[in-house]
Amino acid sequence: MRVTLTVNGRRHQADDVWEGESLLYVLRERLGLPGSKNACEQGECGSCTVRLDDVPVCSCLVAAGQAQDRDVVTVEGLADPGTGLAPVQQAFLDAGAVQCGFCTPGLLVATDDLLRHCPQPTDADIREALSGNLCRCTGYEKILDAVRLAAARSGETAGER
Amino acid sequence: MTAEPTRGPRRLTRAPRAAQGVGVSVARPDGTLKVTGEFAYASDMWHEDMLWGHTLRSPHAHARVLSIDIAAALAVPGVYAVLTHDDLPTSQTRYGLECLDTPVLADGVVRHHGEPVALVAADHPETARRAAARIAVDYEPLPVVHDEATALADDAPVLHPHRDDHHAPHVRHPNIVHRQPVRRGDPDAAAARADVIVTGTYTVGMQDQAFLGPESGLAVPAEDGGVDLYVATQWLHSDLRQIAPVLGLPEDKVRMTLSGVGGAFGGREDLSMQIHGCLLALRTGKPVKMVYDRFQSFFGHVHRHPATLWYEHGATREGLLTHMRCRIVLDGGAYASSSPAVVGNAASLSAGPYVVDHVDIEALALYTNNPPCGAMRGFGAVQACFAYESQMDKLAAELGLDPVEFRRRNAMSQGSRLPTGQVVDAPAPVAELLRRVKALPLPPERQWETAGAAPDVRALPGGLSNTTHGEGVVRGVGYAVGIKNVGFSEGFDDYSTARVRLEVAGGEPVATVHTAAAEVGQGGVTVQAQIVRTELGVQQVTIQPADTRVGSAGSTSASRQTYMTGGAVRHTCEAIRERVLALGRARFGGTHPAWEHAELLLEDGKVVTEAGEVLAALADVLDGQAIDIEQEFRHRPTQPFDRMTGQGFGHVQYSFAAHRAVVEVDTELGLVKVVELACAQDVGKAVNPQAVAGQIQGGTVQGLGLAVMEEILVGPDAKVRNPSFTDYLIPTILDTPTLPVDILELADHHAPYGLRGAGEAPTLSSTPAVVSAIRAATGRALTRVPVRPEHITDTP
Ligand code: FES
Ligand code: FES
Repeated sequence: MRVTLTVNGRRHQADDVWEGESLLYVLRERLGLPGSKNACEQGECGSCTVRLDDVPVCSCLVAAGQAQDRDVVTVEGLADPGTGLAPVQQAFLDAGAVQCGFCTPGLLVATDDLLRHCPQPTDADIREALSGNLCRCTGYEKILDAVRLAAARSGETAGER
Repeated sequence: MTAEPTRGPRRLTRAPRAAQGVGVSVARPDGTLKVTGEFAYASDMWHEDMLWGHTLRSPHAHARVLSIDIAAALAVPGVYAVLTHDDLPTSQTRYGLECLDTPVLADGVVRHHGEPVALVAADHPETARRAAARIAVDYEPLPVVHDEATALADDAPVLHPHRDDHHAPHVRHPNIVHRQPVRRGDPDAAAARADVIVTGTYTVGMQDQAFLGPESGLAVPAEDGGVDLYVATQWLHSDLRQIAPVLGLPEDKVRMTLSGVGGAFGGREDLSMQIHGCLLALRTGKPVKMVYDRFQSFFGHVHRHPATLWYEHGATREGLLTHMRCRIVLDGGAYASSSPAVVGNAASLSAGPYVVDHVDIEALALYTNNPPCGAMRGFGAVQACFAYESQMDKLAAELGLDPVEFRRRNAMSQGSRLPTGQVVDAPAPVAELLRRVKALPLPPERQWETAGAAPDVRALPGGLSNTTHGEGVVRGVGYAVGIKNVGFSEGFDDYSTARVRLEVAGGEPVATVHTAAAEVGQGGVTVQAQIVRTELGVQQVTIQPADTRVGSAGSTSASRQTYMTGGAVRHTCEAIRERVLALGRARFGGTHPAWEHAELLLEDGKVVTEAGEVLAALADVLDGQAIDIEQEFRHRPTQPFDRMTGQGFGHVQYSFAAHRAVVEVDTELGLVKVVELACAQDVGKAVNPQAVAGQIQGGTVQGLGLAVMEEILVGPDAKVRNPSFTDYLIPTILDTPTLPVDILELADHHAPYGLRGAGEAPTLSSTPAVVSAIRAATGRALTRVPVRPEHITDTP
């Protein structure tokens, strides 16, 4: 089948898609966007998290056909090509929240979504919002640091405005 | 024993000053690519015209393979090849890290659930999976051995009847991979002096590394009949040594490049898809990509050895240990992997970081039909630590002593002797680490209570399941400390190679580093660049991709890479500095007397004296020339343990960490919330403090996982029950507490910069500290990890 969708603001079309393929597979193997990761293909790890029409989802659990005519944002779409890294990306780097980095794309999309809805989260809010994203390397402490840092920085810029 | 590895160049007395050098929390060079999604992990490899490989695995734990019919699979449109044992190209059809006992594909017998039986290459991963399902294998199930009793019975099926490894002549039953006793002093006489004696039997479940990036690689057939392999691994040259012979190729025809690695923790020390991918690529003449899904991954790598540990300790009324006896039985599963070295570690470190002069120790690993076990972070020391730390608590209780005070009285220090007779000749701040975690303020009680409002269930055991609002919840605090060896031990020729090039580009001095060291997430690439900046005084450092065009860097395991490949980079930089100074003397020697006499440094792109006087710019000294040097670096040699007494200078270096765990337990439901898990660790020198803290926190949480949730369940049929992230649980951010870290830096003068390998020690003491805290909260004995709710509530 043919699937047409918008990814990171660009129209894409994938041909010869097998009906059983996931959105994750189409992104990674057919559209040349391997940033979203596959660590379980069961909805357990969050490595494949993307925003689908503004809702974070595990793209491994979304059939490619369900994404027809919809709007997808992946980790590749977080940075603004004009201004460089997005604040959440910079915060993850500065806080040392990236080790192997396999969890990072999913965590960034999930964090971005959290901060959109809750710009100044408490630690409990952060833990709840990121509980679907496994990380095996960091023990999560520096991921918390990164989210706090991103929130604090956006608070500062909001204050300046 | 020589104190220092032999080195050519002179060591500086004053450390050079370098921005972004050693001791600074420099950002990872691969960080930007990792946050933008551009970093190429092994599973992201892509090649024009590539095929997808898939592995068919055995559903049985032990069976004869009577026949394999591949016709139906080959007939599936889109399938390019189906391979079985009969298709292997040479007579060498087995591989292994220490013993060549692992078949590339099952040859007549399968010995564990999930053993590879056949391979498929097809134009779509789903086509390959479906074709594999159409391979008809006729199995005749055989009786399984799954524990010590069944494996060592007189009539037990012998799993490797033709074994000829160097341990085989020394074991009393062919299903024992390796056995290591350690004997010292007179435990019988010492036991007679003990005022209290405690014994216990402890059990450790099978833990999985659960790295997030599954086993993956891309094999590309080459014009010359060889193959280029891009793969996520921990040790390129060890892979190469195992891959080339079974492909029937010389090593120079198998060219390996490290692709992005999504965590390792020991699970990539053994081969997974490497040989399989190459076989399919060479057969089809097309690039073949293999990416395990999580199910395949659980079967595709070795696990942490489950263990049963029996211990006896005695102590005087004054709280001093008299003796220790123990017996550690590790389940190695169907193939040897690194079991012999795990046995050596478990035996030699079984007494923990304590002074105990009279010991009788035995550790052994079994061959069973359970999944093969091998390297995982902590490597034999984790299992022992859970047992000896449980014993320490038990002894302290028996003596009416505070558990930290009791440990302090017996803690080893620099100059103490291990049960192997080895003297610890570097700082061993065991008591100090415990003191530090104990001195930390405790987290406030009843943090779920919110002013006036309903309790925040997220801070309670059971969390959002909303199982309690604080009733039945009891706090407990527990402590533990551990000892881990660093580097490869027991006489292994452990070395690392680094090639460094210094030249001037665009008027600036630039350095390029080339090693085969596997960056698996730990930050090796960051510290390599830091070391070059410090040693050569250049700012621009490029780290080349790791591959087999340069000499071996050894394994990214045993907490060794900063010490070893970091050491090799430093060693090579010293040779480069000597060369620079020789050039400088030849060019400018007459211009300033300091060229001949003073100790000169490279700082900030210049040759400077100790006092900071500038003699020349590097660019002028090099004058268009490049200096390019490749060198090996070795740590001081070790010795094998004596087979009968376990005596010997077996380990290079020791690493110590201590934890304090604070838990809150819903005693009615047996649910545990770890509230805080604090760690103090001596790292000798924190080359990159932020990365070191990250290692400590990550290791701590893997230990927490083993304490309360992580276990691969294997039934008496030796079959795996839970090969998925739905059923094998690793800690989420909700299961994880705050993790305060206190880093001590007491230099070990045998090591580069005085550093101490840091990656593993925090994984040891975390587990027993958490369990100790649960015991304190519940009064339960808890002799097994992971602790499950039913162990706390005592309900079947
Ligand atoms: S890959 Fe989608 S949740 Fe794990
Ligand atoms: S950084 Fe490796 S899984 Fe999170």
